Amino acid sequence: MSRMPRPTGAIVGVGELPAVRSTHGKTTLGILAEAAALALADSGLEKGQLDGLLVAPHVGETPQHVPATVAEYLGLTPRMSNVVDLGGASGPGMIWRAAAAINAGMATAVLCVLGNHREPVPSRSPNRNPIREFDVPFGASGANTAYALLKQRHMHDYGTTDAQFASLAAVSRANAQLNPNAIFNGKPADTADILASPMVAEPLHLLEIVMPIAGGDAVIVMGADAAREARLRHAPVYLRGAGEMVTHRAMSQAPSYTTGPLKPAIAQALTQAGVAAVDLDLLSLYDCYTVMLAITIEDAGLCPPGGFADWAHGRDLSHEGDVALNTHGGQLGFGQADLAGGMSHVVEAVHQLRGTATGRQMAEAGLALVTGNGATMSEAVALVLGRDA
Amino acid sequence: MMLEPRDLIVPAPTPTGETERFWQGCRDGELLLQHCSTCERWVFYPRATCPHCWSDALEWRVASGAGVVRSFTIVHKPGHPGWAAAAPYTVAVIDLAEGPRMLTALVGIAPADVRIGARVVVRFQTVGEFTLPFFAPAAPAAPAAPAAPTAPAQA
Ligand SMILES: [Zn+2]
Repeated sequence: MSRMPRPTGAIVGVGELPAVRSTHGKTTLGILAEAAALALADSGLEKGQLDGLLVAPHVGETPQHVPATVAEYLGLTPRMSNVVDLGGASGPGMIWRAAAAINAGMATAVLCVLGNHREPVPSRSPNRNPIREFDVPFGASGANTAYALLKQRHMHDYGTTDAQFASLAAVSRANAQLNPNAIFNGKPADTADILASPMVAEPLHLLEIVMPIAGGDAVIVMGADAAREARLRHAPVYLRGAGEMVTHRAMSQAPSYTTGPLKPAIAQALTQAGVAAVDLDLLSLYDCYTVMLAITIEDAGLCPPGGFADWAHGRDLSHEGDVALNTHGGQLGFGQADLAGGMSHVVEAVHQLRGTATGRQMAEAGLALVTGNGATMSEAVALVLGRDA
Repeated sequence: MMLEPRDLIVPAPTPTGETERFWQGCRDGELLLQHCSTCERWVFYPRATCPHCWSDALEWRVASGAGVVRSFTIVHKPGHPGWAAAAPYTVAVIDLAEGPRMLTALVGIAPADVRIGARVVVRFQTVGEFTLPFFAPAAPAAPAAPAAPTAPAQA
């Protein structure tokens, strides 16, 4: 008789604000901060020990990127965070998710926090978060300005050039020519073409930015043992390691402009997998902008900070190279179906590792690094996937 | 071309009870930051509690208004159509002298002349119903130092 597996955990601190009929001038974010401070004081822990964050979907001030917005407000940099959207069951739902995350090594101390402000007269706009209040009024709407700030600082600090960044987009375009599903299949572009595209937010050119598309991605996950025993059409691809980190929401609040939260996330994923960056066969790296890809290559430890161009120069990054980069074309070559774009890097890694990347199959694909990046280099996840468990 | 934000019809700030004092300061010509009397660090954007130590002992202080350009971008295709009339204009992130970082747009300087590391000071400008903290090049250095034709490239 097998015992049912369960998460194990302990609640070590609680905090609760006094009930009031209405608040006057308070924000949901501020209320979360007050409640969190009470729980921390009750626990006796230090703020720096909190490395996990679970929040509810707060319609109060921010419709998107809720964990990053809360983490930035609280000055936390969690390595596991999530929205738990289970209505009135969200609170208890957080508790066993926190325990499961801790059992899995995703975090050691998880802040679960919920709150509600209640103005006598409800505010008009649902989007009253800090980035809306302090960045948008200066003409900085959207992600382009944020990533342009990154590229400008990278060029300043390391002397990297426009052509070096453009060459990364050219690699994606070249790989997309082997993927009939890619938006830019049949539309090759070289470095000169990228550089000739219109300036959007200097120094970012149009073709250094992903093209929005319609599309979708889905993935099914089982336990490793169950997958081995299941009747499957293809060989399973195994999760070998993972890492996650959130450091900020707005680019104005980012701790660094030349390295990001993917650095610790990738390091953790590689450590869990017991491999080094140079052991990887496929790099399936989130590439919303050329500069994001450049910083990720550096944060993966494939080259020194500022050295992405030397690393890429003269290297065959197609499926025929010793190490392949974004063989489906990356999002720069495939297009970005909004949030599904991040999953396209997982799907391609699975195809390569199990040998179903028709027309672009790598000869030897045993290990892949997959990265995801959210908001403005704010939210990071790294996975190491393997042909072998 | 230099940015003249005065006549733009663009998204305005969305003040909350935590931030109203900041915007009132802008109207009064003062750049107000919160200062934490528990950990002695400065805080921006305004919050209910200090992001460094979670103390609620935050008090408003008038900041120097001085800072250095951390990075910038010259926006040719704005994310909001209201800004199209101003393009190209310069969005910059400023390392304030007190420590926090603030995003702004630069006035009083042509985009081509902006450099990372340039010294800047706050210059309040009214856009619609709000007064916003834009930044402009700092006055040239003291008379003893030779005047530089453009802002220095390094801080
Ligand atoms: Zn403090």
